[in-house]
Amino acid sequence: MTDFSDLLLLLVVLTDFWVLGTTRLSSTIRAAAIQGALLAALPIALHPGFSIHLIGLGLGTLLVKAIVLPGFLQRAIREASVRREVEPVIGFTASVCLGAVAVALSFAVAQRLPLPEAQTALLVPVALATVIVGLIVLTTRSKALTQVVGYLILENGIYVFGLSQAERVPFLVDVGVLLDVFVGVFIMGIVVFHINREFDSLSSARLTELKD
Amino acid sequence: MTAAQVVTLLAVLLGAPALPGIATRTKSFLTGRRGPPVLQLYSDLAKLARKGTVYSRTATLLFRVAPVALTASVLTAALLLPLDGRASLFGFTGDLVAFAGLLALGRFALVLAGLDTGSSFEGMGASREVTIAAFAEPALLLALTVLVLATRSLSLGGMLGTPLAAAWPAAAPSLVLAGASLFMLLLAENARVPIDDPATHLELTMIHEVIVLDHSGPDLGLILYAGAVKFALFGALVVSVLVPRGRFDPWVAGAILLAGLALIAVLVGIIEAAMARLRMDRLPQFLVAAAALAGFGVILLLR
Repeated sequence: MTDFSDLLLLLVVLTDFWVLGTTRLSSTIRAAAIQGALLAALPIALHPGFSIHLIGLGLGTLLVKAIVLPGFLQRAIREASVRREVEPVIGFTASVCLGAVAVALSFAVAQRLPLPEAQTALLVPVALATVIVGLIVLTTRSKALTQVVGYLILENGIYVFGLSQAERVPFLVDVGVLLDVFVGVFIMGIVVFHINREFDSLSSARLTELKD
Repeated sequence: MTAAQVVTLLAVLLGAPALPGIATRTKSFLTGRRGPPVLQLYSDLAKLARKGTVYSRTATLLFRVAPVALTASVLTAALLLPLDGRASLFGFTGDLVAFAGLLALGRFALVLAGLDTGSSFEGMGASREVTIAAFAEPALLLALTVLVLATRSLSLGGMLGTPLAAAWPAAAPSLVLAGASLFMLLLAENARVPIDDPATHLELTMIHEVIVLDHSGPDLGLILYAGAVKFALFGALVVSVLVPRGRFDPWVAGAILLAGLALIAVLVGIIEAAMARLRMDRLPQFLVAAAALAGFGVILLLR
């Protein structure tokens, strides 16, 4: 089973690169949705043997991260009619390079962390890499919607990290986290919609012009 | 040197001109056209071999030498690959750098010849070709580094030969990433979509075709043939990495290689039918992505 979970984790890193490299917003959201689906399969792949806890976690993740949130974001870009991320602070080629550096760094750091034994050696480095990639997207892109996706990726990284402890974390905590993200993205979606209506643009750079 | 090695090498060298034909035919079929026959390039080569050559008055000896240098370097590079899945005909320690260097030498000769014509148009093509090379070569070396780390062998014969089959179970993810990276390089190095469009002769959109505009007759034939062999070499790299053939009988391994090459040509045709060419300023991103894939493979093995 570890082979299968390793494959899932590798694909998670590849979706990270995908998010960093693509210019189309809908493609970014699709990458986040696929990443969500991969994450939903992870707990079941990591812990063989059925338990209600893990199945619930997987199904909840699939529902929230792969179906509801991406669908919500796709609707948001339809309503705001933005298609492309233009003028990121760091260019797309440079951010892919930055992502590669982030992956290398997290593999180097993860070996030195004093953590309890994880199920597979890939789990912690992939979690760190995903968190850093989320942070890069969150800070270097100018469209508010891409920043929401960055937030989702960041949270996905934290989720992967939490999976190394999934047996010990009560189900209620997982559900609480999922609910938190859901509400967070929901509020951001509404904010994005209002930003768009006020300014006719989703560029967060223009928010600095906000004066009363 | 075994009979299987020589026969596979000859089969690849003789069969190479069919590969672009297969790719074009696939693309034509998928876009609802008939397309030229699969063996079109053979007829083109035969026609070009019979024709005379025209040299511009500004062109020097460099221009005449370049096609021969290109063909020679590509053919020498072919000798370094273990085409039968066991060992290469002329392998030595560190020959992976020689392989990359020989391909670079061929490209260098072509670029010099382009500049030698004195046409600003060909100079532009040369500049684009070198831009792509500058991004493609780090990716190629990174992908080869994955193979070196996985097999602990410093020659192409070892990396792609029997040790590769032994390394597969432990290093499968890295090797798949290296294979994907090499396939992206195959598209870039052979001027296929999404890097360059081999079908267009529109001045501003083509990259590779521009440099060879002034060549004619047997010279152009040599360049076209070298291009086909280069396509086959990159295809052989991809097939060798993804299908470790060290365990098979040498003859079976050679047959697998030829089938794999045909499959890759079909895949290239499918990509050409499905995708548009990338904008010039997006090309580095494509190649950086290829390098990032290979680099990720390296990181996984260094752990």
